[in-house]
Amino acid sequence: MILARKFYSSKMKGLLVLTALFVAVFGKKTFEGDQVLRITAKNEAQIFLLKELSEQEHLGLDFWREPVHESLPVDVYVPFHSLQAVRVFLRYNQIQYNVMIMDVQDLLDDEEREMVKYRTIPRSTDDFVYTAYHDLNSIYSFMDMLVAENSNLVSKIVIGQSYENRPLNVLKFSTGANRPGIWFDTGIHSREWVTQASGIWFAKKIVTDYGRDPVLTDILNNYDIFLEIVTNPDGFAYTHSRDRMWRKTRKPNSGSSCVGVDPNRNWDAGFGGGGSSSNPCTETYRGPSAHSEPEVKAIVDFVKSHGKLKAFVSIHSYSQMLLYPYGYTSTPAKDKAELHELARKAVSELQSLHNTAYTYGSVITTIYQADGITVDWTYEQGIKYSYTFELRDTGRYGFLLPADQIIPTAEETWLALMAIMEHTKNNPY
Amino acid sequence: MKVFCSLWLLLSLVKLSPAPPASQDPPFACRGAGDPAPPQPETPEDMASSGDLEPTHYPARRAATVALHQLNTRHGSPHRLFALQEVHKASAEDVAAGGRKYSLDFSVTDWASGSAGPALRCSAEVMFPGTERSSPDVQLRCEALQQINSTAQDHAFYQKYIAPESAVSAQHIPDSYGNVSEEMQPFWRLARVAASFIMLRESSENTEFNMAQVASVTQQESSEKQLMLEFVVLLHDLPSQEIVQWKLLASWSPDRGVRVLQTEWQPRCPHDTKPPN
Repeated sequence: MILARKFYSSKMKGLLVLTALFVAVFGKKTFEGDQVLRITAKNEAQIFLLKELSEQEHLGLDFWREPVHESLPVDVYVPFHSLQAVRVFLRYNQIQYNVMIMDVQDLLDDEEREMVKYRTIPRSTDDFVYTAYHDLNSIYSFMDMLVAENSNLVSKIVIGQSYENRPLNVLKFSTGANRPGIWFDTGIHSREWVTQASGIWFAKKIVTDYGRDPVLTDILNNYDIFLEIVTNPDGFAYTHSRDRMWRKTRKPNSGSSCVGVDPNRNWDAGFGGGGSSSNPCTETYRGPSAHSEPEVKAIVDFVKSHGKLKAFVSIHSYSQMLLYPYGYTSTPAKDKAELHELARKAVSELQSLHNTAYTYGSVITTIYQADGITVDWTYEQGIKYSYTFELRDTGRYGFLLPADQIIPTAEETWLALMAIMEHTKNNPY
Repeated sequence: MKVFCSLWLLLSLVKLSPAPPASQDPPFACRGAGDPAPPQPETPEDMASSGDLEPTHYPARRAATVALHQLNTRHGSPHRLFALQEVHKASAEDVAAGGRKYSLDFSVTDWASGSAGPALRCSAEVMFPGTERSSPDVQLRCEALQQINSTAQDHAFYQKYIAPESAVSAQHIPDSYGNVSEEMQPFWRLARVAASFIMLRESSENTEFNMAQVASVTQQESSEKQLMLEFVVLLHDLPSQEIVQWKLLASWSPDRGVRVLQTEWQPRCPHDTKPPN
């Protein structure tokens, strides 16, 4: 087989497939034992013999390269039932040959396997299918490919481990050292699949637009962007394997048979209040203590050690809303006027693309009271531009948003994110 | 644990009693002993005062959602299903015995006619009684309902499935990836109409229900010329983020509309759930 590979070319591959098809038409179902021989004739007499051989129709030979001249190799497809006869003929006439393809069926099988592999594993982020939902392994592979393809711009940081020891991966987009940063996270609630899918699209968008889009280029020349696509990998794996509606982490709760903590009630801002639950069996269970979840603690540690994040956007679905702090108190945020106006602008940008209607306002007035949420904590850390998105839709499909809406959702959301980033850049603090 | 849960589910299938505990806790077997019931979310500011409400905020939206459920129970069909488009104006006032009455002006669209459909203007009074276990009361008026004509499609659907040999059976609509086949669309809409009876009944100022998925639909033997469908639906409540499972038996015909004959809350053991398809 190794020998055959040396002579094997992609043209031959095409010919092989064509032959296989052709032969299949004549009723052959399998190509087991069939071979392809490369014959080297040393004089005109041998060429003449080979021409005679080719006229033996009962042999079912197929000359890929016809006998023309002794300086040119003759390639012939020999069906199994004729192999013996052909080999005897060649030996008797002292015509040199070697076996190019030992078993055609084997080769077809290999090719089939290659094609299947090709279908499921993209070779580059240009091959990646953005219009479909992917599992955790595919998304982690995507991240590695993106970094490999854009190593001057993108790197991967592991900020911690999930409860079940999965890496918590963050993509860092950076064009220089010691920059202030902007953070996006998707998938903190695992069942909100359009968010992780949008995160993938955002990552690709950033590398595509850097150097092409003047606004993004200017942003990246001044700020780093951090993107955590699968913020709750344990939950995400669980939505694929066991329960599509799983929201929380997968950490067991002592004294209870119920698993998981709501990672968006586990932050140390109004922790323990009425907008979260003390019952481990509920979807908004706050956890035993603030930052008890490793998925949350990892981000807390990152934010504190970075010290220079200027915008923080945590992305959820569904409801079509853009929300700012607070969720735990009805006291308006100090920067409410500015946050409200920026939200209005971002929503206006978003709607301009596909006319998707969004509402906006503070968490507690617009959606519900929620205590211990991400953006309340980040806001209280001094990250002024702290926002939560609720992406498509408004309940028709809810969490089960069809894949053909991934790109429209990501595209429109990106416009809102750009508005937030641009405002952040133009209003340094 | 798993055996106990299955046993519980089996037993619950036999019982056909009405609504479960309002807290929608999983059954005792599924949680550790001594866990307190989940607290209801607090209802700050808007809720405390009377007068005009911000239309984009949740108090107005929840009340409008209740009105929407009522609209769907009355006028929903396999080819007609209403969705809230926008709340234009809203106000609320306290009423007798701790109740609260909302006045609403809002628009709805018909999901069955896609994005091309007209928006209908509606007004409603939604009264949440002061007592814990009572359902809201809705007075509703919508303009030009008759404009949305689904009669021909509904009749064709009826003729197809009222045939004696018809035995539709399907699961997970939509599936994990959001797919709904053409054939299942009208069943999906019917499920939501039927679910609206439950969502309406279970609503309070602290809930905002939506149907997340049809876990299963199984056609039963037709009775009195009604299509009989058994649904298991997953409802999603926004404030608590809980997924609540209900089994229900509904009838439908073009003449009588949707009626819900039996409902049964089903426990979902949080740590032992069916895999997505």
